[in-house]
Amino acid sequence: MKRTAGLWLLIGLIGYALLPWYLVGDPGFWRFGWLADPVLLGPSALVSLFQGRWWLAAPLVGFAAAGLTLGLCARQLAVARGLVGSGALGLLLMLAQGLLILGQGPRFGFPSGASQSGMGAGALVVAAALLFVLTTGISGLGKGRGDAFISGLVGAIVALVGLFVFYPMAFILVRAFELRDGSGFGFGEFLPRLFSPEIWSGACMVGAGWCGPAVNSVVLALATAAGTTLLGLAFALIVTRTEFRAKKLLRVLSILPIITPPFVIGLALILLFGRAGTITVGLYEVFGIEQTRWLYGFWGVWLSQMLSFTPIAFLVLIGVVEGVSPSMEEASQTLDADRWQTFRYVTWPLMRPGLANAFLLAFIESLADFGNPLVLGGNFDVLSTEIYFSIVGTVADPAQAAILSVTLLGLMLAVFLIQRQWVGKKNYATVTGKADSGRNAALNPVLRWTCYGVAIPWAMFTAMIYALIIFGSFVKLWGYDHSFTFEHYVRAFKIVVRNGVHFVGSAWDSYFTTLWIAGISAPLTAVVGLATAYLLVRQKFAFKSAFEFSTMLSFAIPGTVIGVAYVMAFNFPPVELTGTAIILVIVFVFRNMPVGVRGGIAAMSQLDKSLDEASIMLGANSFTTLRRVIMPLMGPAILAALTYSFVRAITSVSAVIFLVSAQYNMATAFIVGRVENGEYGISIAYASVLIVTMLACILLMQLMIGRRRLRRSDRVEAH
Amino acid sequence: MIRLCTVSAIALAAGFSVSAAGAATLNVVCSNEQAWCDLMAQNFKIDTGVDVAMVRKSTGEVLAQIRAEAGNPKIDVWWGGTGDPHMIAAAEDLTEPSGVDTSELLGWARNMADMTDGKAIGVHVGLLGMIYNTEVVAEKKLDPPACWRDLAKPEYKGEIQVANPKSSGTAYTELATLVQLFGEDEGFKLLAEIGANINQYTKSGSAPGKAVARGETTIGIGFMHDMVNLKKQGFPVQIVAPCEGTGYETGAVSVIKGTPHLEEAKKWVEYVISADAQSAGLEVGVYNIPSNPGAKTDPDAPDMASVKLIDYDYKTYGSSETRTRLLERWDAEVKNAGGQIQE
Repeated sequence: MKRTAGLWLLIGLIGYALLPWYLVGDPGFWRFGWLADPVLLGPSALVSLFQGRWWLAAPLVGFAAAGLTLGLCARQLAVARGLVGSGALGLLLMLAQGLLILGQGPRFGFPSGASQSGMGAGALVVAAALLFVLTTGISGLGKGRGDAFISGLVGAIVALVGLFVFYPMAFILVRAFELRDGSGFGFGEFLPRLFSPEIWSGACMVGAGWCGPAVNSVVLALATAAGTTLLGLAFALIVTRTEFRAKKLLRVLSILPIITPPFVIGLALILLFGRAGTITVGLYEVFGIEQTRWLYGFWGVWLSQMLSFTPIAFLVLIGVVEGVSPSMEEASQTLDADRWQTFRYVTWPLMRPGLANAFLLAFIESLADFGNPLVLGGNFDVLSTEIYFSIVGTVADPAQAAILSVTLLGLMLAVFLIQRQWVGKKNYATVTGKADSGRNAALNPVLRWTCYGVAIPWAMFTAMIYALIIFGSFVKLWGYDHSFTFEHYVRAFKIVVRNGVHFVGSAWDSYFTTLWIAGISAPLTAVVGLATAYLLVRQKFAFKSAFEFSTMLSFAIPGTVIGVAYVMAFNFPPVELTGTAIILVIVFVFRNMPVGVRGGIAAMSQLDKSLDEASIMLGANSFTTLRRVIMPLMGPAILAALTYSFVRAITSVSAVIFLVSAQYNMATAFIVGRVENGEYGISIAYASVLIVTMLACILLMQLMIGRRRLRRSDRVEAH
Repeated sequence: MIRLCTVSAIALAAGFSVSAAGAATLNVVCSNEQAWCDLMAQNFKIDTGVDVAMVRKSTGEVLAQIRAEAGNPKIDVWWGGTGDPHMIAAAEDLTEPSGVDTSELLGWARNMADMTDGKAIGVHVGLLGMIYNTEVVAEKKLDPPACWRDLAKPEYKGEIQVANPKSSGTAYTELATLVQLFGEDEGFKLLAEIGANINQYTKSGSAPGKAVARGETTIGIGFMHDMVNLKKQGFPVQIVAPCEGTGYETGAVSVIKGTPHLEEAKKWVEYVISADAQSAGLEVGVYNIPSNPGAKTDPDAPDMASVKLIDYDYKTYGSSETRTRLLERWDAEVKNAGGQIQE
């Protein structure tokens, strides 16, 4: 313990003395410009301290206390207590000076005339050092099985989630208590507004008037979650449990919608099923079926969400279905169960965590989805679009946005609790260290044909939509003038080779920015997400449920709210990040982290604890166990987390719309602008290029990570 | 783990090579069409030598962002989009006067500057109008509409689309126009009657025009310059200037208060109100009316002389109180009155 704490103390002091404490102006530290030009490095905390910023001594107090503890105390417990105290003291003082002395001056007029800019690299290192001194102390007290790595990991994730989820959210949620006449804050109006019929009216159910957005959202989310989970399961069963020939194709097809930029699916659906859509017109001409506008409303949004979110359910479920141990199924069959009974009483219950997680993810995705309801919603108002328009509408009402956000969070909390109830506390471990060389039971014929019957038409439908999208990018005016042209691609991606290579197409800038930001955020998301999953499944610590829920929060909050909250929280010291690339990376990491967490939990629940125990018993610590035993078995989960966060970083719209800046524009923001202007050709051309890029990247990731080897033959039992 | 680190390292390295550019640049947020934004930025860079970083956002998004960033703005200039949010920003002291000479501009552009103490300067005008799909009208054997009052005819049941004034500035302009044309009570009565024919209140102001172009609906209401663009793209549509007269919006340019690049920002304002800069809009299909009388216009574009215009009262209908009151009334008397709404 002393050694670990001492090491962190040293790192902290180096950061304090050498690294620039503040982030330096334009181009700031966070814009990475300092790497190219180190002269831009500002003074370190130590230098600033001697220049009269005496309040920067705050972290030094913590370091001094920790140093004294290490030097003077001999008893284990005393050292631990001392470290906890000094780490906490240092962090608190540092936080206090950051929150009290702002860019325009001190908050309460003391110390007068003092001002400082946002914290930079030095502050980051110092804060991390103090945090880890604190957590090392906590582990010394015997918490977290006395493992410094575990308590450090918990501490780091709590700190990150606190800073990048709770801190910004507080800025928005506090406005839910704002009084309408602008006289301040109070509880008086909160409850009546939260439960107002404007939000909760169910009038449309009985055939009169409008339904509140909350009711619409819940109905839609339930329908989407149920549909995508079943469809995802059908795909997963076909891929893992049958000898279907075109499995690879099915896999690719089911992945396509997830890598499609928003609006594009909605657009394709309109061109097929809208009142003047190809299929609608065809049906009218052949069968005389009336041309209606059924697509604009619940059914259209549901259809597009089914197309968009089935892949997520599939990604979560495939790892789970693959992992169900053949031994169990074989045991069941040895005991004379038929294939249906085996599926119903052995395989199905073992898939519960996967099903529950897939359902939860789809439910939340549907609640927070913004692009599909915007294009196809018609008069079907849902919470996410209502929140967006209460912030950017003709009358901006942040209080209403906050109240709607609270409603959304409440709905998510309810489903989260129900899901936990259903999964229960049973043991789902089926990947164990024991010899396990059986083959998975084949599906019984009825189930197999049901899966085929559901999944294959759906796959064909998806394929048709994508064929149409590619077609749309090569024609002059989709829907009217179908003469072949390259014009859209040339406008977006023109390259001039004259005195070197010049990327003159209008899309290049945002294309490069998008790719490198997604490329940075994806691995970070996977690391943070899987580390959290590891803690949740394998470790016991106080307030675990609250911790689990807090990691899910950022996913449920609509992107618009996150975007505005980030601008409000991170535009001013102590943490000033707006207008930089870092803020985009951070927003993606913390928004997509829950997918890593959910996928990781689902996969890790299947790994038998005896594997860890064997490793620990052989003398490995928990970090080595994680790296050498668990990680290699988590291939599919890592891949899912990486793929998903990479793709989401490229395709998300609502969160980034406030955060993109002139220097760092994202592809989706560009596409939205073009769609708004009715330039579908160039939007679809750009979207097609993005789809191809993402496919290539996903394949590359798949190659790099490889498949996990369970030492089971991949064959399915012959029928 | 190690592989993940390698991946991030590669990505980081790739990132640096792209983001190596530095130097002080003018940060412009643009609420016009993307192509127009890009062209103006490019021309400005060539003509003045000042580097521009440009991003396109809708007016509501810009207003939300500059409110959140007040006191420490990351944007220097806001160019384009409907005038109302510019006026709100001026009233909330989020923008500052640029002090640029506006004397050679058209009257309405100078008016806007006067009303906002020079904080917002008019750059273009967009006229409100109607659009219908000629193919669908012929197929359904309907008479094309010519006036606002025509829209209340029962034969148009379920054929008309308009944006929701709570989300779209375009639709609010329509609401305010009808109220100014017919008086408040009469205007709302007409709106409720038209409401009975509406099939969908869209979120975005330009959506009804696009739906008409593709035959998704028969008649739409929106800004005429967007409609000219659709017509030029080859859609079977006809544009109508309502016979009773119509309202309009004034697009503006504002300098954000507290910008560190005030000099460059002024240059931008001077540039976008110049005749040469505004003439370039025709290259990318911008058909609104420019504020500089010297700028070139397209013969197909609507012009103010041939359309009957109302004297749009920005002072009253741009204020937050009037807005909130009218929209609450709209909720109660128009939206909840129902009609052909299919959920």
